[in-house]
Amino acid sequence: MVNGQPERAIDVSGLGKRFGLRWVLRGVSFDVRCGEAVGLLGPNGSGKSTVLRILGTLLTPNAGTGFVNGLDIVRDASRVRGQVGYLAHTPGLYDDLTARENLRFAADMLGASSTAVEGSLERVGLAHVAGERVRGFSAGMQRRLALARLILRSPRVLLLDEPYSNLDAEGVELMNSILGSVVGSGGAALVALHELAPARAALARTLTLADGRIEARHSERPGRDHATPIPVTR
Amino acid sequence: MAWRDDWRRVRAIARKDLTTELRAKAGFNSVAALGVTILVLLGLALGPDAQALRNAAVGAVWVATLFAGVLAFNRSFQVELESGALEPLLQYPGPRWTIFAGKLLGNLIFVTLMVAILVTAGVVLFGVRLTAGWPSLLGVLALGIVGLVVLGTFYASMASRSRAREVLLPLLLFPMLVPVLLAATTASKALLGGDLMHDAGAWIRLLIAYDLVFLIATFIAFEHVIEA
Repeated sequence: MVNGQPERAIDVSGLGKRFGLRWVLRGVSFDVRCGEAVGLLGPNGSGKSTVLRILGTLLTPNAGTGFVNGLDIVRDASRVRGQVGYLAHTPGLYDDLTARENLRFAADMLGASSTAVEGSLERVGLAHVAGERVRGFSAGMQRRLALARLILRSPRVLLLDEPYSNLDAEGVELMNSILGSVVGSGGAALVALHELAPARAALARTLTLADGRIEARHSERPGRDHATPIPVTR
Repeated sequence: MAWRDDWRRVRAIARKDLTTELRAKAGFNSVAALGVTILVLLGLALGPDAQALRNAAVGAVWVATLFAGVLAFNRSFQVELESGALEPLLQYPGPRWTIFAGKLLGNLIFVTLMVAILVTAGVVLFGVRLTAGWPSLLGVLALGIVGLVVLGTFYASMASRSRAREVLLPLLLFPMLVPVLLAATTASKALLGGDLMHDAGAWIRLLIAYDLVFLIATFIAFEHVIEA
């Protein structure tokens, strides 16, 4: 504990998840320290999204334990949701609402102010289309709007599932600046990725999932030495 | 204060649902059109006998409400699934019963609007003469709507994760609604006929009890259903 805050923003031990008879996660253990962004790599079906959804309290694990800022993800699920900003693979917006209405809805759900709505729209560069329905937005614009929803309040922990998909170079920069500001203020992030390239500058280290297990842990700054796996220890 | 936060979330969900339904013109218009079509068809099937039409009016309105309501309940969760918005919705902080309460409030307003159209159409098409007991009739209508919407919203949330949700919802819902429809129809018919046998009261008490039991049960069960 540092100043009453846990050192580990995410602490997962022996996490297991089963869908029907198939085990998707088999004893996954790792932690993410405060002030750190960690990449979660792995092929399709390796369990990356499942890890994020469990940490976001959208799924309940069948085995193991998980803590977010010291809160149990099963017992304190509601409080965990108050600390976490979760960006799913799909933007999850309402097509028949305008960009501003989508954010106002999210602000009401989160308890954020209407000033935050306008600020978020400005930050993601969608203020000029705030009154337009989302139905007419491109995939990249929808992604930006989902980012605006993410930063409506300041989450302590970010859980990002393929956050760079459909983003242009400017969008990638925006994503990395959001990551940087959360991590820089003592928060943490876990980022599920197919490709490391866009996130390289923002991540402190990476974990590789394969077949529901942590296959490799890569040391600080994956841009420089991500090819050198560190032996899996816990 | 926690209850204010919860109430803000409930209102936000109801407002969002109603806005999306009213903007997606297929929503309200198609549901109301289905209801009126059912009334017209039943009226034609019963023939020109004025007394037979009046006797069947209450049942016809409830049948139309039931079928149109099923469409509305299915749509209320379909909106979340189509856009992948269910996960962000579940990820917002606060208790998950507020999601159910918001959906319930949205559906209550939606179905009440629809019933207002159907009752008006029913009165005109079936030549119903309103009696002095019409305030009680409105009360029965309100209790019936609550029963229908509570169960409809709950089973729509349960069926929402299934690929066969359009088929599953009526299969789950219709048997559970038998007591509501029976009580609402019988009480309404008794009140329209002047309630000479004083049997409306028992049916109204049954409606109140049924609504209360399922209101409490569905609020408790919703969190488990939506996570499954």
